[in-house]
Amino acid sequence: MITFTDVTKMYGDNVGLENASVDIDKGDFVFLVGPSGAGKSTFIKLILKEIDADSGSIRIGDYEVTQLSNREVPQLRRKIGIVFQDFRLLPKKTVYENVAFAMEILHRSKRQIRKRVPQILSLVGISDKADRYPQELSAGEQQRVAIARAIINNPKVLIADEPTGNLDPDTASGIMELLDQINMTGTTILMVTHAKDIVDRMHKRVVAIESGHIVRDEFGQYGYEEAGDQREEVFDDE
Amino acid sequence: MNSFTYNIKQAFQQIGRNKGMSFASVFAIIAMMMILGLFFVVSVNVNLFTEMVKQDYDSVEVYLQDSTDTAQAQTIMNKLETVKGVDKVTYRTKDEALNIMKERWGDSGYLLDSLGDNPLPNSILVKVSSVKGADRVNTLAAKLDGVESTKYYKETVDKLTKVTNFMQAAAIVIMIFLIVVSVVVVSNTIKLTVFARAREISIMKYVGATNWFVRGPFLVEGILIGIFSSLVSAGITYLIYSRIVATIGTKVMTILSSPLVPAGYLSLNLIIIFLAMGISIGACGSVISMRKFLDK
Repeated sequence: MITFTDVTKMYGDNVGLENASVDIDKGDFVFLVGPSGAGKSTFIKLILKEIDADSGSIRIGDYEVTQLSNREVPQLRRKIGIVFQDFRLLPKKTVYENVAFAMEILHRSKRQIRKRVPQILSLVGISDKADRYPQELSAGEQQRVAIARAIINNPKVLIADEPTGNLDPDTASGIMELLDQINMTGTTILMVTHAKDIVDRMHKRVVAIESGHIVRDEFGQYGYEEAGDQREEVFDDE
Repeated sequence: MNSFTYNIKQAFQQIGRNKGMSFASVFAIIAMMMILGLFFVVSVNVNLFTEMVKQDYDSVEVYLQDSTDTAQAQTIMNKLETVKGVDKVTYRTKDEALNIMKERWGDSGYLLDSLGDNPLPNSILVKVSSVKGADRVNTLAAKLDGVESTKYYKETVDKLTKVTNFMQAAAIVIMIFLIVVSVVVVSNTIKLTVFARAREISIMKYVGATNWFVRGPFLVEGILIGIFSSLVSAGITYLIYSRIVATIGTKVMTILSSPLVPAGYLSLNLIIIFLAMGISIGACGSVISMRKFLDK
């Protein structure tokens, strides 16, 4: 579903990603871990074609991303759902509208939207908050809205960029359960994270990046001793 | 939601949230179009005048001396008829000439009644098929007895054509500058709303919205600004021009033997031209304002 073959991306003289090769199958659940600045964001941006690779091949489903023209990028992104650490909900729209928005963009009919949105809201467990505004919700609930928006168009791949980064441990495990549930319906999930406890507990495939190189790709543990420092760094960036 | 109504709704919202700059762009476009309108009005009238004169372009008027009698006139006519390049020769009495003049002066024609004696001479109107023919008529007529003078309009028309051409060139240069300024102002205005909605746009892009979907409301915003400005400036230009026609039109212009282009006739063209320009300026402004934003 996601295949990187010898992908290199340089930022001037700095390595973003170098000769990276990864193969993620349909239905996989993969954690992408590594220190800040290691190349995780570059990895995600390459998948979404926010940036272009210097060399190598990136395949997402049927798309060869490196060959896509700018015109075709929207088609690619419709196959990929994305969830961010900071939720990125629209503050002036209600929960319902935030989720419906993703369908409106694809010119879905009002009837389709009215049918589908409540289904998804109930799947992520926030049916009762449909008419609320994002700022009235807890962080966990906001992330659920963001997940609902990401999966409403049935993407083949869900990319979660530190989805639990702003959440307390209990809320975070709720979100992880939800992601696991979504994964079980066949959606491939790639999750960038610094949360050692979550990675260790979930026991999924872990791809580790350091200084632009893929240093480890195996099932099991987070693999770093201390995650705390790195998490702080990430917050500093915000 | 149907994408057309979606775009319109969004555009109105954006203009509402951004009144100050929207007004600034409207004013900039209006100012530009009024200057353009001035050029347009003047050049249309100069054009009309040229056309009027051009009607006489293919003819040479040979004025006869008062002492020339009908027989002599007939001889002159016969001689002129044989000149190469002459199509037709007609005799015009001084009374006919006066009537034609009265007609051209229109409402002010009564002024000519106060003339005691008709000061106009009898004349022979020679239709020529070429400028060369006109030259030959000129040379020959000057040598004939009983001819007072000849008049033909080539030089006048040439001069007028030059003036018209110059004015059009000047108008185009000024217009280009003004259009560039307007596009910049409009694109800056829209950039403000683009920035205000940056987050929303980035989310739209992540979810897979096409560039045209994102651009839609901004494009409509620019076009609305353009349409509004062009209608206002067409209106103002029309009002000013119809005042001018009403005050000086009938009096001054009759002396030049050419009417002003009627305001009503002008207004339709003015609206069409202004609308076309307003819409293109608005559309260009919004596309430019979003260009960098939509790169990725």
